[in-house]
Amino acid sequence: MGPVNHQSDTGGSSKEAEMTTVIETRELKKNYSMGTVTVHALRGIDLSVETGEFVSIMGASGSGKSTLMNMLGCLDTPSDGDYLLDGVNVNKLTRNEYADIRNQKVGFVFQGFNLLAKTSALENVELPLFYDRSNRIPDTKQAALDALDRVGLSDRVHHEPNQMSGGEQQRVAIARALVNNPAIILADEPTGNLDSRTSVEILALFQALNELGITVVLVTHEPDIARYTRRIIQMSDGRIVGDNTVARRLVAKDVLPTLPSLENDANGEVMS
Amino acid sequence: MKWQNIFKAAFQSILKNRMRSLLTSLGIIIGVGAVIVMVGIGQGSQYRIKKEIDALGANMLIIFPANSHMGGVSRGAGSFNRFTLDDAQKLQKESSLTAGISTIVVSGGQIIGGNSNWNCRIYGVDPAYLAIRAWSLKSGSFFTERDVRAKAKVAVIGQTVKENLFPDSNPVGERIRINNTPFTVIGVLTAKGQDPRGMDQDDVVLAPSTTVLYRLKGGRYISYMMASAISTKDIPAAQEELTQLLREAHKIKPGEDDDFVIRNQAEITEAASSAAHILTLLLGSIAAVSLLVGGIGIMNIMLVSVTERTREIGIRLAVGARESDILVHFLTEAVVLSLIGGIIGIGIAYGVGVILNHFTELTAMIQPQIVMMAFGVSGAVGIFFGFYPAKKAARLNPIDALRHE
Repeated sequence: MGPVNHQSDTGGSSKEAEMTTVIETRELKKNYSMGTVTVHALRGIDLSVETGEFVSIMGASGSGKSTLMNMLGCLDTPSDGDYLLDGVNVNKLTRNEYADIRNQKVGFVFQGFNLLAKTSALENVELPLFYDRSNRIPDTKQAALDALDRVGLSDRVHHEPNQMSGGEQQRVAIARALVNNPAIILADEPTGNLDSRTSVEILALFQALNELGITVVLVTHEPDIARYTRRIIQMSDGRIVGDNTVARRLVAKDVLPTLPSLENDANGEVMS
Repeated sequence: MKWQNIFKAAFQSILKNRMRSLLTSLGIIIGVGAVIVMVGIGQGSQYRIKKEIDALGANMLIIFPANSHMGGVSRGAGSFNRFTLDDAQKLQKESSLTAGISTIVVSGGQIIGGNSNWNCRIYGVDPAYLAIRAWSLKSGSFFTERDVRAKAKVAVIGQTVKENLFPDSNPVGERIRINNTPFTVIGVLTAKGQDPRGMDQDDVVLAPSTTVLYRLKGGRYISYMMASAISTKDIPAAQEELTQLLREAHKIKPGEDDDFVIRNQAEITEAASSAAHILTLLLGSIAAVSLLVGGIGIMNIMLVSVTERTREIGIRLAVGARESDILVHFLTEAVVLSLIGGIIGIGIAYGVGVILNHFTELTAMIQPQIVMMAFGVSGAVGIFFGFYPAKKAARLNPIDALRHE
């Protein structure tokens, strides 16, 4: 196999037997009023994402990509328009139902990791299950251990965030996003705080999860990162200005051996 | 519902942020502890003053000469119609409701005895004095009516005088000279310590009233008189009887003002208690300031940690915590910290109270209602400022809480 595999992809999730729409927005708008000025962050977004897709949202800063992401992740409420997540119109929900949606249907990965300080990886991953009222997962500890195993951190279970490298912290955050078996995983600039090799490692993880059928939506402003996804949505000034299938998708697993190894090994020893 | 998880999360937060937890509790510990100790000292002093006044003498009445009015012109305290030994004898003879009446002739002078000399108050009194003051003798005997009639040159000395003149020997039978008049020491008083005004009650020499009046002081006027009623309930009647007898003795016409004042112990107690009450108020206000400072301390640490905590709340909201989950979590934290701080504060206050009572002259009386009040106020401050910022943060959109600076 060549060092870089330019795999062509016909888009969507060809592996899925049935295609269901997991994200659908209609005329989604978000306005911020800053004093007398109203900022239109989103000016009407119509977007549809099918189960099993791996989508990147790209755009310059201020294009509204992060705002859209926050709407999709139910972290913020739109000013107007409809958003159907897994068939549920979330705009009609109460605050508590909104919290439950975040808890059960969405896994969010942040640029700044957003892990609880002085709290072990295991407890951080367990956190969403703490607030899960459905009791779908009886053994929360085992579920958290499984999630940590899936991101390759079985040996870092009892480490606290300040004892881990950035890459490891982001893996913990991904495990936390996975633990509730959400309908989608949303990642807002997940590699923004990481060096290029660690970034590719994280992307390899997302690709592996996507191969298993998990829907992933990722925000980035780096074209290099977007090339690891299957579909790129281009945003500008609060509108979608492009929606293309990635022609020659990069496979992180294959790219990794070509990258220079850092002094700390690939799994990331503790950085000082 | 997963209440046990939320409580668990609250306890974990407390344990993981030991410094913050300690500082929060510290404000409450100081607030509660300081208030309890301060007010306890005030209450203890009040109690002790009352006890000491009770020990001053049984059902004591003090009869002072007073200012009299002549045609509306006041002549000032003690300016006129002072008492004589005749007045005292009349009262002693005719009063039926008193257990004893003693003349008091206040003098002072240089006392020479042993190899040293000393200066102190000299009281000329009658034999009933010892019983009226509820004093007792450590050694020797007290003088008698015969000594009074004979103007005998005998003296009973207080403990302080004894220590200064005869530090190592028994003074009974020794000769002393008061203002160059020789006296024989016949007894030593039991040590009484300070009176509520801080006067050393042992720094005194007692001698027969006639002796002091005629041999030391000169003149015919006695200073004042002391009496004791037969029983506590007879105090008002005895006071009335003495008033009538003295009005007769001084030939005061009906309608004219008394030229003397009779004070009973209740009045003296009241005066002293009001002083102690002011002390309690003073200490209480210092305590209130401590409580306020403690409260501000709690408030500060709670508000300072809010930035960090707002992000934490954002994380919890982002992974699906409901507003009520956050509120229960932070309320639990605040209540637990306030409870722990309050209990430690109460414990320290009791400890300090025990130390004060054992090792210092202060008396601390810890009262449950003060404990409850201090605990309540500190707890309320801790819970409010632990809870209110969290409540505000929990209302935010998760993304706003996460971005909070």
